[in-house]
Amino acid sequence: MPEFGELLVIGGGPAGLTAATTAARLGIYTTLLDEQPAPGGQIYRGVEEAPKPRAELLGPDYQRGARIVQAFRASDAKHLPETTVWSLGPDGKVGILRDGQARIIQASRIILACGATERAVPFPGWTLPGVMNAGAAQILLKSSGVVPADGLVIAGAGPLMLLLAWQYLRAGVRVKAILELSPHVNLWHAAPRLPSALLAGHYITRGFRYLLDLRIGGIPVHFGVSGLRALGEEQLNAIEYLHHGRCHTLPTGQLLIHFGLVPNTHLTEAAGCRHIWNPGQQCWLPATDDWGNTSASGIAVVGDNATIGGARAAEHAGHLAALEAARALHRLNTTERDRQGKDDRGWMRDDLRIRPFLEALHHLPESLLATRDDDTLVCRCEEVTAGQIRQAVREGHTDPNQVKFISRCGMGPCQGRQCAHAVAHIVADETKRPISEQTPFRVRPPVRPISIAQLATLEPSKESA
Amino acid sequence: MFRRLTEPAGEIVTVNIDGKDVQVPAGETVATAVLVSSVGYTRTTPVSGAPRAPLCMMGVCFECVMEIDGIPNRQACQVRVENGMRIRRQYGAGASPVA
Amino acid sequence: MNADAVIIGGGLMGSATALHLAMRGQQVIVLEKDSPGRHASGVNAGGLRRLNRHPAEIPLSVAAAGIWHDIRSLLDSDCDVKLGGQVRVAENDGDMQMLEKRAAMVHALGFEHEQLIDRDRLYQLVPALSPHCSGALYTEGDGFARPYHALTAFRNKAQSLGVVYETGHRVTDLDQTDDVWRVVTDHGAVEAPVLINCAGAWSNQVCDILHEPVPIKTGAPMMMVTERLPHFLDPVVGAASRKLSFKQMQNGTVLVGGAHLAVHDMQRETTAIDFPKLSESSRTVLELFPRMRNVRIVRCWAGLEAFMPDHLPVISPGSTVPGVYHAFGFSAHGFQLSPVVGRIMSELVLDGASSLPIEAFSIQRFQN
Repeated sequence: MPEFGELLVIGGGPAGLTAATTAARLGIYTTLLDEQPAPGGQIYRGVEEAPKPRAELLGPDYQRGARIVQAFRASDAKHLPETTVWSLGPDGKVGILRDGQARIIQASRIILACGATERAVPFPGWTLPGVMNAGAAQILLKSSGVVPADGLVIAGAGPLMLLLAWQYLRAGVRVKAILELSPHVNLWHAAPRLPSALLAGHYITRGFRYLLDLRIGGIPVHFGVSGLRALGEEQLNAIEYLHHGRCHTLPTGQLLIHFGLVPNTHLTEAAGCRHIWNPGQQCWLPATDDWGNTSASGIAVVGDNATIGGARAAEHAGHLAALEAARALHRLNTTERDRQGKDDRGWMRDDLRIRPFLEALHHLPESLLATRDDDTLVCRCEEVTAGQIRQAVREGHTDPNQVKFISRCGMGPCQGRQCAHAVAHIVADETKRPISEQTPFRVRPPVRPISIAQLATLEPSKESA
Repeated sequence: MFRRLTEPAGEIVTVNIDGKDVQVPAGETVATAVLVSSVGYTRTTPVSGAPRAPLCMMGVCFECVMEIDGIPNRQACQVRVENGMRIRRQYGAGASPVA
Repeated sequence: MNADAVIIGGGLMGSATALHLAMRGQQVIVLEKDSPGRHASGVNAGGLRRLNRHPAEIPLSVAAAGIWHDIRSLLDSDCDVKLGGQVRVAENDGDMQMLEKRAAMVHALGFEHEQLIDRDRLYQLVPALSPHCSGALYTEGDGFARPYHALTAFRNKAQSLGVVYETGHRVTDLDQTDDVWRVVTDHGAVEAPVLINCAGAWSNQVCDILHEPVPIKTGAPMMMVTERLPHFLDPVVGAASRKLSFKQMQNGTVLVGGAHLAVHDMQRETTAIDFPKLSESSRTVLELFPRMRNVRIVRCWAGLEAFMPDHLPVISPGSTVPGVYHAFGFSAHGFQLSPVVGRIMSELVLDGASSLPIEAFSIQRFQN
């Protein structure tokens, strides 16, 4: 039995926890690797330690996470917290870092459950201190009960904005306004998808409840906003936006932005998995079958890491991937796997019914995704502007990787996490070729920085690979 | 500027942020402590010297890199506070390790 | 007839050759199966090194250095060249003796660019070096450039002189009728009297069609790059008995190479980093620059390159039929030579002879 078992699950959110718990229950020797000190991922971050008042403030969805974590703790799955995964090869070799020691480990099966990150959408002034992701604000709230001290504005597109505003309302944090950047035309595209969305009723009723509470709380929600700009010299002091044909300025020292989620594909890309552009989610997804298997043998991907589907769907996907791992490891035959997975498959389908509606409602226009403001920084790390990227394309660097080479966009510490999508949208816009034909930045290890001394702790090769 | 919803209960540690001693709950990330304790920014950029503050709080933006206990380029949102920790804003590429 | 010459491969050698032919009035088409600089040409270490070359390469390397010193007049771009010198460090007496012999050999050949330096001079040049080193071989005026920028400059200048680049055109067949080459690609065919093989790690495929097979071995040397650091190093550093190439770029990042090879797949054109080997590189770095310990590696990569058994390139006319010329197999040290290789290729095509000695690089040496 290899040291880390038969199955490695990478990521401690609902998908990973459920996959590990189910696999352990089926008798598979399972290890869950997590970057965080405690399980929960981002959505249930801090759930084990959250004091009761904070947990109540965060709402019943958050509290569900506690049960998932408890089930994992009670299982036989091994838990390796504070473990960084810095590489995943097509051969399934995983580079980990723990307590300053680097190792390459291997198992028969890998399930990736690294979740999602917020889509980075450059707009004028977005790099000013005072502009932060809404998800980051949620992490502050969940992990530490920390909130903005003064009034704030929330802007962007997606259900997270309403949820956060609602949580802030209950916590007594002043939300000055919510600015929805989804254009009005989205309502027309979303409306036909509403009937099937109603089958995932709890999302809709939840959304209406938030809107109602925010209304009662006197927090203005503006739809169809555009032209967002963050203003200030070295610090945010106001925002500007267009609404109903007029330009508005709103003083504020804190702006929380959210433009939806995109799967965190650095490990699937490093492993050489095939990815496909998904027009509904407006991002690249790893290509998978119904059980989460990627194009790389032995590597599966689940939850928001595979497709943005939310926390409930993530649980079911984790369960299904564990069943498939059990089949691959000869614990279950195909019939048994299908039988045990039937319910989760149905529930997952139900949970995902809301998605076409939400995707249409919050579809981001190309004008937002490929900013026309030449001075806006696209690559935050290397400070490359949209204008410089467009110029590079005009000079013959017609794919995102060439743009990266000539401009250094994507070569900084974040290795393109914040700018890859924006660059692809701008290149698509400049070359007049659809985004689905663009290639994302090539991802190379280490997918997390590793120091020279840490890499030096890796055992030397005994023979050449 | 950020504040705590409640006074921290449980273990408290003292860290030094840019010369100022502050008391923070044990186990909190450095980035959180910095956001609560000081105004403004975690670093200035190596390219233009522009001030930056944390964007993502989950380790994928690298805006929160600071010099922690003498070592630069550490992501403050990935490091937990410890008693006596020295936390400094990072200016540009930070302190030279090969001085 | 579509052109005076068709070149297979849009990397450094193909682009430098195209430029020099165009400068002499030739109409050139470059066929590139991916995008220019996609492979070795775009991702190499960018070393501009005369130091420690095989004697056969020295005259070419010295001539190339002259071009790099004034690259702007050739390419209208400085390619981010930095010429801070290069050292090859001796860590003990054995190393020092090896370097002394080398210095003597190079001087005997009439070249002055490799100078032996003592401890004091070494630490003046490289103060960050671990204190145990005894001296070095030093070449003033060596340095580095940014390969993709250099390639882009070659290409832009070539295109401004009328060179046509067909990117995404993969050659599938070749044949020659009445002194005219017909090069068939997946997008059609091109005809020219002169065919030039600059196909890098795929050159042997062209050689096979020409019935002059060569024993190329493909390989993928690995590189690591760190986060930005404040400036601390001017020269490029190598060591007499270590696999190491260590340099700090103008933006402060440190580039570590050392010719360790990744695992690679020529069918899929992918590489997989061999981390245990990079771990050895890391240990080497720490032994020579101990203060690098907490510096983070941000990215590792490897490019597909062609290696010849004697580590010398092929720069020569073809051996089977007229109208064919080759420039490939630079075995991970071709970047610096590229401007002069382009000039030599144009001389072979238009004058029938090279102004610099290239007998050692003949493809004939593999045809026995």
